Parts: sequence; structure tokens; C-alpha cells
Amino acid sequence: MAETNPNPQPVADGLLKAPTGIKGLDEITGGGLPQGRPTLVCGGTGCGKTLLAMEFLVRGAMQFDEPGVFMSFEEKSGELSKNFASLGFDLNELVGQNKLAIDYVHIEPSEIEETGEYDLEGLIIRLGYAIDTLGAKRVALDTIEALFSGLSNEAVLRSELRRLFRFLKDKGITAIVTGEQGERTFTRFGLEEYVADCVIFLNHTVSQQIATRRLRIVKYRGSAHGTNEYPFLIDRQGFSVMPISSIGLDHPASTERIPTGIQRLDAMLGGKGYYRGSSILVSGTAGTGKTSLAAHFVDAACRRGEHCLYFAFEESQNQIIRNTHSIGLDLGQWVAQGLLQFHNARATLFGLEMHLVAMHRAIDVFNPAVVVVDPISNLVAAATEAEVKSMLCRMIDYLKMKQITAFCTDLTSTGGRLAWTQVGISSLMDTWLLLQAMETSGERNRGLYILKSRGMAHSNQVREFILTDEGVQLRDVYIGPGGVLTGSARDAQEARDKAESLDGQQEIERKRREIERKKTAIEAQINDLHTQFEAEKDDLDRLIAKEKQRGETLALDNRAMAKGRQADELTDQQ
Amino acid sequence: MTNVENSKMTNQPTTSEAKWLLRLYVAGQTPRAITAFANLKKICEDYLDGGYQIEVIDLLVNPTLAKDDQILALPTLVRKLPEPVKKIIGDLSNTERVLVGLDIRPII
Repeated sequence: MAETNPNPQPVADGLLKAPTGIKGLDEITGGGLPQGRPTLVCGGTGCGKTLLAMEFLVRGAMQFDEPGVFMSFEEKSGELSKNFASLGFDLNELVGQNKLAIDYVHIEPSEIEETGEYDLEGLIIRLGYAIDTLGAKRVALDTIEALFSGLSNEAVLRSELRRLFRFLKDKGITAIVTGEQGERTFTRFGLEEYVADCVIFLNHTVSQQIATRRLRIVKYRGSAHGTNEYPFLIDRQGFSVMPISSIGLDHPASTERIPTGIQRLDAMLGGKGYYRGSSILVSGTAGTGKTSLAAHFVDAACRRGEHCLYFAFEESQNQIIRNTHSIGLDLGQWVAQGLLQFHNARATLFGLEMHLVAMHRAIDVFNPAVVVVDPISNLVAAATEAEVKSMLCRMIDYLKMKQITAFCTDLTSTGGRLAWTQVGISSLMDTWLLLQAMETSGERNRGLYILKSRGMAHSNQVREFILTDEGVQLRDVYIGPGGVLTGSARDAQEARDKAESLDGQQEIERKRREIERKKTAIEAQINDLHTQFEAEKDDLDRLIAKEKQRGETLALDNRAMAKGRQADELTDQQ
Repeated sequence: MTNVENSKMTNQPTTSEAKWLLRLYVAGQTPRAITAFANLKKICEDYLDGGYQIEVIDLLVNPTLAKDDQILALPTLVRKLPEPVKKIIGDLSNTERVLVGLDIRPII
């Protein structure tokens, strides 16, 4: 995260800065400590003053080619080498390369007898000689206050210190001076009086049994600087400061979509799934299937050949692999192929910023495309909600910068905890899925809906979320006059519906048959009438024919009669 | 200041009878250095009865010795012999304290 520029960056006001190379510190100081001027680092016992001073020199020597002189008034050089070897700094090697000089100034009040006037020219000559031998650009004085306990003439000391700092300034040395925190002042002996250019205050507080180190820039003459208290930590790689708000909102936005691993869920999210590099939050009460949803997403990503990093704060790696077996996913194969990595830690193992740095480091090393944090709500156990929020904010910003898709789960307890999520981190999230337990008629069923999903059309429907041997399945819920039904209630309702519709069909069938019968009856009636009509018509025809025949016969008879009577030939009457 | 110029710069006592080996660290011939040397000379003559040797080390000439001998304030007087090593800082103007510092008992 701390992209350090190898050269001091001139700022608008012309103040040159000496980059510290310390993660995060250069960001909040806007490029480093004031070059050619002394900086005071103060704080209580064990807050990391010596480390900060030494790391400034070591990084200066290694990264910026600026040799340094460490003048120690408390620890011998052998002790220092040993202490810093545990932090991965090989001081002896640097000393051998003439990049670093360690000068232990031994002050033992009982061995020193003061007889009249003196000055600290000896110290200045010593320091000057060491600086000139190495061509040093950086100096650390740790802690010069030891002089006050060794020498009794404070007036001389103060004027000599003033001279010492002027000497360093004249030489153009960037110096770190450490000082023990006083009761009301920043340092016990008022060193801030002499070192007025930059003052960094370190503190180390313990709340709820978890120690948190914080750094604050009290003063930085001639330069803008972050004014917050920034958490920092000391681990095997030295000092890391976490700037809370220095990262701007200018991360890239990808239009690439990545499947969720569940077809039906893809369909709900506009048919394509999440955006790459977006942040996804799944919240739900215990046992609603958050981890299963995460496992599907991880499985899908690994299937595409992408690297996944899984931060688990509740379950061990083996437990997750075993449990996801039961829904038909084999995450073990991806671990074996090196595509999936688990990082398991209890949330209370260390403070938040330690988690954050551990996560940063793991991400930097593994370079994943997908990061799962399961669950984020557990982190609250390690700090207050506000701190968790700021940590997640930084985490998500960081992931977005790197175009890593973040999948977070959040355990909400029944009763108002969703509200926390709403004010807490929901605004950071691009897609928010809600898993809900629906309790009806003596059973619990899971429901899933999309609370929001930025930049895509998404379904507003509640789906029933079912864990099967073949993985997660989403089914439509029953929405009818009886409300939303799930589980066996839905099955029962569906059976009832089926029966009802069967009844209806039978009724229709019956009615149809009745009509058919009616039709047949009517048709028979029509036939009858027809037959009757035909019969009557036949009668009539017969009658007509008979009448005609009778007429003809009568005519014939008449003719025959006329013939018989020898009457005149009659013309044809027809 | 010829005394300072001519003084020995070696670690080894050259005279066998020298029971006291005293080293005065200074940085250049500042008034304070001259005062210190004069004060030291006087104390030695008054109390050590010849059996002493004074080395004056100019840190401007030998700056490495500042580190090696753990010199902080100037001028510093170091009693190399007799052991244990003792350190006195300042211009040695307070004779009482110098005597205490060097662990010299006044000759009765």
C-alpha cells in the first residue's frame, strides 16, 4: 500500500521530505519527515520509539541510499542488533557495509564527577565524526534525555542541546530524536522546545484486554499532514501505520461480471452475477447459510482458475471443507491446487489493525481475485463498532483499489442487529444479500432476497434458499392469499392447490359430459321430429298421388264412357 | 600552551615511576581547555609529588577516541591509572571535587 518514492518529493511550499519507507507513515506525512531537520518522536515506555527511529535509518540506508548514524543512550549496539534481528533487520550487515553506524553513549552518573564548566563538544565531535565517515544523511538520537539523568547542570545541557540541533540542521541531517512521554508535556524534559519542526506522538493503550498502538502527528511545520490518530503495529516486518482516510475514492470500476456460483442467484442479479471488484455483503442470522453462499462463490471462482483468499474468523479450514462437502462442494481440491488459501484466526487473537495488516500482507503475497471475510461481525469482539467500521472501510477501499471482489458475511442476531449493519458498513457495500429465517407452522426456512445491488437490474423477489446435497438451490416462494409460504407449508399449500385444481377439472369434465348428453338428447329429439315430419310429408305425398290417380282414372273412365257412348272426340282435357 | 603541545599522546606510561596516568580530553585550544590543563597541572604538582603523567588528547585531531573512550562532555579528565578508571568533567576549577573524583587524599 505504501508506495514509496525513492526521491524526496518537493511539495508546494518547497519543503523537502525524507521518505521513511515505513508502511503508511509516508502517506500521512505527505512524503516523509522534514528533510534536514530534526523530528521528535515521543511516547510512553514500550510504544515503539526506538523501533521507529531505527527503521527510519535502516530503510533510509537500504531503500533510499542514505546512510544513518544511530546514537543510542540506552541500549548497547550488541543489544540493538539482537533486538532488531528479531524484526528482520540485520544491523551488523549494514554496519559492515558502512551504511549504518551505531554509537552507544554510556552515561553513568555515579562515574562522572563534575568540576566546573563544561560543554558537550565531545558528543558533537563524536556525532560529527560518525556522520562524516559514513556520509550520513540521517541520524537518530535514542533517547537523548538520558543526558539529563547523567549530567546535573541543566542550564548547560539545554544550551548544548540547542547547539547540537543547530549543528545537525547545519549539516543538513534528517534526524529523529526520541523522548519519553512526560506527565503533562510530550517529553519529560521538554525536548519539544528544541525540536519544533515535526513532532510524532506514539501511544499504546489497552482496551478490553486488547492492546492498540496509535500514532499521531502532533505538529509538522510547513506541511499539511494527517491529524488523526492512526493505528499502527509492530510485527516481524517492522512498523506499519494504517492511514484511515488517506485513500481517495478513485478506484476503478469494472463492468465485468462474475457468476455467483448459483445459477438462480445469477438470474436474480440481472442474469450475470456480481461485478468484479465490487463488495458483497451477505447478512443473516445464525444458520441461514452465509458460509454456504460464500463457499459457492469461492468454488465458482476457483473453477474459473482464479485465486481465492478465505479469511475465516469462526471455523478452521478443515471444518469449512468438511462442512461444504455436505452441500456437494469440494473446496479441498482447490486448496490442493493452490487456488484457494485459508487464513484462520480468532478475532480476539490480536487487535484490529493487526488483523488488517495480516490481511493486507496475505493479499499482497497471494494476489487473489476474490477475498472472503467470514464473518466480519466477529471482529467486533476485538474492538468497538466504530473501529471495525473504519477498519472495514479501509479494507474494502484497499480491495477495490486492487480490483479484488470482496465477499463478506455478517452475522446478525435477531433483534435490531441489522440496523447496525445498515449504519455500519452497508454504504460501503455494492451488493447486499439478506438471508432470513422464516418461522412458520413449527419450522424454520431460509429466505433470500437482494436488499440492494448497485448498478444492475435485480430481482425484488424473495426466494426460498434450500441447502441440498447438490448445493444451494433457490426456489420461488409460494405467494398466495395465505401470504408467503415456505418449506412444508408451501408443499402443503401446493398440494392443496393441486387438489383444488383437480376438483375444478373434474367439475368441468362433468359439465362437459352433461352438455354432451344434452346435445345427444336434443339431437335425438330433432331426429324424431324429423322422422315425424317425414312421415307426415309421406302421407301427404301419398294422398296427393292418390288424388291424382283418382283424377286420371276418372278421366279415363269418362273417356271410355264417351267412347262407349260414341260421343264426340274430346280434346285432351289436360 | 607549550605544555599541551609537548605532552605525550601515547597510552603507555614512559616513566616507570609514574603511578598516576591522567588523560585530559579537549577539543582544540579553547580557553576552557587551557584553564583545565592549568588546573590539572597545579593539582598534580600540589598533591601527586611527581609520580604522574598527563596526556592531553585533542579530539579535533583524534575524533575516533571520543567514541572509543566514551567521551561526552569536554573537557574530560580520565584517570587511567591507578585503576579503576574514573571520569571527571569540567574545567577542574573546583579542586575539592577533583580530589574527590581522582580519589586523592591530601598529603599530611
